[in-house]
Amino acid sequence: MMDALHDVLAPFGPQAGHVRGLWTLTLAVCTVVFAAVLAALLVALLRAQRAGAESAPDLSSLGRPEPGRRRSVIAAVAASTLLLLALIAASIFTDRALARLSTDGALRLEVTAHQWWWEVRYVEPQVADSFMTANEIHVPTGRPVIVTLKADDVIHSFWVPSLAGKKDLIPGRTATLNFRADRDGIYRGQCAEFCGSQHALMAFFVLAEPPERYAAWAAAQRRTAGEPAEGQPLRGREIFMRSSCAMCHAIDGTSAQAVRGPNLTHLASRGTLAAGSLANTPEDLRRWIADPQQVKPGSYMPATRLSSEDMDALVGYLQTLR
Amino acid sequence: MRTPPLRMAGTAVLALASSLALCACEREMRRFETPPDNRAAPRPEAPRTSALQPAEARSDPVRLPAGNGEGYEDNAYNVAQGKRLYRWFNCAGCHAQGGGGMGPALIDDQWRYGSEPAQVFSTIMQGRPNGMPSFGGHLSEDQVWQLTAYVRSMSGQLRKDTAPGRADALQANEPEAARDREPARPGAK
Amino acid sequence: MNDERAMQQQPGRTPAPPHLKDGPGPGSPEAAALDATWRDPPGLLGWLAAVNHKAIARRFIVTTFCFFVAGGLLAFVMRLQLARPGARLVGPDLYNQLFTMHGSTMMFLFAVPVMQAVAVYLLPLMLGTRSVAFPRLNAFAYWIFLFGGLMLYAVFALGAAPDVGWFSYVPLAGPDYSPGKRTDFWAQMITFTELSALLEAIVVITTVFKLRAPGMALNRIPLFAWAMLVTAFMVLFAMPAVMLASTTLITDRLVGTHFYNPAEGGDAVLWQHLFWFFGHPEVYLIFLPGLGFLSAIIPTFARRPIFGYTAMVLALIATAFLAFGLWVHHMFAVNLPELGKSFFTAASMLIAIPSAVQIFCWIATLCSGRLDFKTPLLFALGFFFILVLGGLTGIMLASVPLDLQVHDSYFVVAHLHYVLIGGAVFPLFGAFYYWYPKITGRLMSERLGRWNFWLFFVGFNVTFFPMHLLGLRGMPRRVYTYQAGLGWDTLNLVATLGSWIIALSALLFVVNALRSLRRGAPAGPNPWGAGTLEWATESPPPPCNFHAIPVVHGRDPLWEPPRAAADGGPPPFTHVGGLAAHTRELLATTVLDARPDLRVNFPDPTIWPLVSALAVTVLFIGSIFTPWAVVWGSIPIAIALTAWFWPRRAETAVHLRLEQGP
Repeated sequence: MMDALHDVLAPFGPQAGHVRGLWTLTLAVCTVVFAAVLAALLVALLRAQRAGAESAPDLSSLGRPEPGRRRSVIAAVAASTLLLLALIAASIFTDRALARLSTDGALRLEVTAHQWWWEVRYVEPQVADSFMTANEIHVPTGRPVIVTLKADDVIHSFWVPSLAGKKDLIPGRTATLNFRADRDGIYRGQCAEFCGSQHALMAFFVLAEPPERYAAWAAAQRRTAGEPAEGQPLRGREIFMRSSCAMCHAIDGTSAQAVRGPNLTHLASRGTLAAGSLANTPEDLRRWIADPQQVKPGSYMPATRLSSEDMDALVGYLQTLR
Repeated sequence: MRTPPLRMAGTAVLALASSLALCACEREMRRFETPPDNRAAPRPEAPRTSALQPAEARSDPVRLPAGNGEGYEDNAYNVAQGKRLYRWFNCAGCHAQGGGGMGPALIDDQWRYGSEPAQVFSTIMQGRPNGMPSFGGHLSEDQVWQLTAYVRSMSGQLRKDTAPGRADALQANEPEAARDREPARPGAK
Repeated sequence: MNDERAMQQQPGRTPAPPHLKDGPGPGSPEAAALDATWRDPPGLLGWLAAVNHKAIARRFIVTTFCFFVAGGLLAFVMRLQLARPGARLVGPDLYNQLFTMHGSTMMFLFAVPVMQAVAVYLLPLMLGTRSVAFPRLNAFAYWIFLFGGLMLYAVFALGAAPDVGWFSYVPLAGPDYSPGKRTDFWAQMITFTELSALLEAIVVITTVFKLRAPGMALNRIPLFAWAMLVTAFMVLFAMPAVMLASTTLITDRLVGTHFYNPAEGGDAVLWQHLFWFFGHPEVYLIFLPGLGFLSAIIPTFARRPIFGYTAMVLALIATAFLAFGLWVHHMFAVNLPELGKSFFTAASMLIAIPSAVQIFCWIATLCSGRLDFKTPLLFALGFFFILVLGGLTGIMLASVPLDLQVHDSYFVVAHLHYVLIGGAVFPLFGAFYYWYPKITGRLMSERLGRWNFWLFFVGFNVTFFPMHLLGLRGMPRRVYTYQAGLGWDTLNLVATLGSWIIALSALLFVVNALRSLRRGAPAGPNPWGAGTLEWATESPPPPCNFHAIPVVHGRDPLWEPPRAAADGGPPPFTHVGGLAAHTRELLATTVLDARPDLRVNFPDPTIWPLVSALAVTVLFIGSIFTPWAVVWGSIPIAIALTAWFWPRRAETAVHLRLEQGP
């Protein structure tokens, strides 16, 4: 599993940073108000005399106004109102700051959420340069990213706490989210709108890398899968094409072009499997392929029953897809 | 004074619950576990009867169905999964939304290769001459049973409460749950 | 002896004399006649045919409390599953059913109904009358609610509970992604409970407006009555939205309409708008009666009338209006226009102002009073800590940028429990301890009450405070498990331990309530020395509530005795006399000034509300499976309603005779 950052209070980009600033202000104001209310209550409780049920009630307030008390209450209400208006203003200013993120030279992504994985398409000006991946997003540090958000089935929500607030992906609607990562690192995101059985295991990762490293990664992603070596890897590809794998998954460079499941062309380059549910190791990959229901019960991927050698071959082949 | 009403209420609740039990339980179960493979009890094999297969062709024969699809047609989740798989694997490419095109219609009463679940299962697994691909080995048996249940729902063979409702897509015809039962007429077209 | 037996055999009928009138106090033959008239008939059939508001309310309160315990147990299992990462106690399907059932139970089967139930018990007593308006409708509303709740739990027992959340977003809850009938049962449960709530709202509004003691002008009614009145008006406007939403969901699923199908012109966001237009006022439906409880408890235990009555009433009304302008704050993550969202930010923050007015007025009351630290007051004080904290996190959530980070995370789970439990459940427990002596005639144990309070207070904070931190650390809601090593493990374990403490506290409450039934100290009519009218009658109240309807001269009638006449003689009007004692007759008063207006004849106990409720239940449950149920199911309903309203010769004869010669 990848060691990643995912804390609203630990921002690593301007969007999350603005929110953090507003949080600090709001928390301070709210703490002061809370303390004041509790203090007033405590003073009331400690100063007041005690009485029992038999004691006569104090009816002196009937008919006689209580100007001092009225002034205090009005003052408290006025102070609360002013603080609220200030917070409203602060919220609106933060909204504007979020909307003002410069998108010059932005990287464009199209994320389509499925039950229960993330399809990511990098949209390049040259169509031939566009490529697909799944569950893992690499971005160059310091460059804005515009993410177009779509959903294929039900409502999901794209949320990377350390980088930005969330946005819902709703079938029939297209949304946009802009963010920028200002520090190299791995940031964890998770679906934040209940979307069915495996909503809990629908994570994704955003890796912010120096621009050169990103460019190298993107170039590698654009390459199609090469011919596997003779022996086990070639046999592994055969098994892939002839089992149920090719019915749902695509490996560019082969005739497997289905789009029902994540694109596997560069599976071995990813840090995790199954939307962040498993580490990308041969053992976990074998476990996942043999019976996905043991890891993500309810997942739409069927079990693949293979002999031990065939499974070795398949896993071996998939591990060559860097 | 207080106990008789409570006891009667309790009995009434039990009666209501048990009368619902017969239908509700099986329809609503969501069995996510992979059904056992049962290789210990080998099943007879049958040749593929189509030259077409998706992706890359396999050379092995397919196994004949075990049973007649018990547990699939009574289960709403399985039928709904079948509907999803019908969409995913492009059955509509030949059969459209059931009205047929290159392939025969699935919503009518003509079943050239039989309408029983085991027969539909075999049709999908083995393929058929004149264009129906053989999916044996390319789909799991669980998936094919789900597709079978869905295909049968297209002509109203399933109970109304188990058949699927409308899809979140362009609607060509009424939802399967609203279709009247087309009793199967065997024989060629 | 003979007379008594005769009276028991024919409730509402006394053989002779034919025209006993109320007025004399308890112990007189008139009082005995009154009690016999208003008492429920004996036996099982009598229990089922009861329309006396106290009988209906008692069973209503017990039923909602049973749902509360059920909902709590569901949450307890959820917390057990979440105590450790990767736990396999509960799989995803069952967990999704658990949290859907927990939310639906608490919101639809507990929080709003219990407030209405307590109101149905207390309002006639507080307002100085003998019944709620439309007593048969009131009974019908209870039965419909019960059958809806039983349907949902029967379905849960069969492993077919809805599993798409209490809010049931489409397309997940639509026909394509939610196969079977699970979601249909949820949607129909909505129909049951919202019908019940709407009918109870009608009952409450009419009771508060028309059935008050003479002299109880609208600006003299208890603040609890104001809270329930305002809540009832909110129900009238909010519930239809969710009934419409659930009906369109049923038709989408059952007959293939396209309300929520984007491909055919529908919109998934339409559901969210319809649902939250109801859903936001819903939480205020739960909150406002809690405020009413506090306004009843605090003056009594501060030994002075409430400070700022008028401001409190205006604050209730302002909250109700503003509550309808907040709903989009549940949808800030949807791609809606940002300017529009800012409007909802402002409204969501400004609604804090009327609540602040109320809180400051209570604090002023406590400041200037002499305090009696009994258990009801402890629960009221718990409100101040918990609700205010929850309200402040609500201010945080009102801001779009902040909400975009913590929406749908455990931060919101923390917030909602702080405001709902602090704002409604703590006052409700205070109300239980406060009015238990009135309902049962015995006091609950103070010692157990203190333990109950402190365990609940501590357990609640231990459970829910860590959830704020979990949300800030990125943990989303509605997850059946989470991975180890994300920094969520310890906080989840702490929250689970807190849930054990809450469970213990709830158990203590049940023990206290049951034990005190037999062993509690007998409470007189007014054990707390309170000022409102319900404390003027015996504990438990006689079936007719008051043997002589009092005339009211102030806001706290028991504290402000009627003033002497102008010439120094005894006060001119203290009680109403002359209403019939042999049939259920009530005095209706004018809306604003509560001047005597009409003498109204109320119906005798009847089985038809129950039968009608059964007929409606058959239609509702049938329509889950086939649209034809609406047609066929109408027939038994028509028959039952006809029988319900068919005038009974004997009853009508008595009423006519009263009209001619009062």
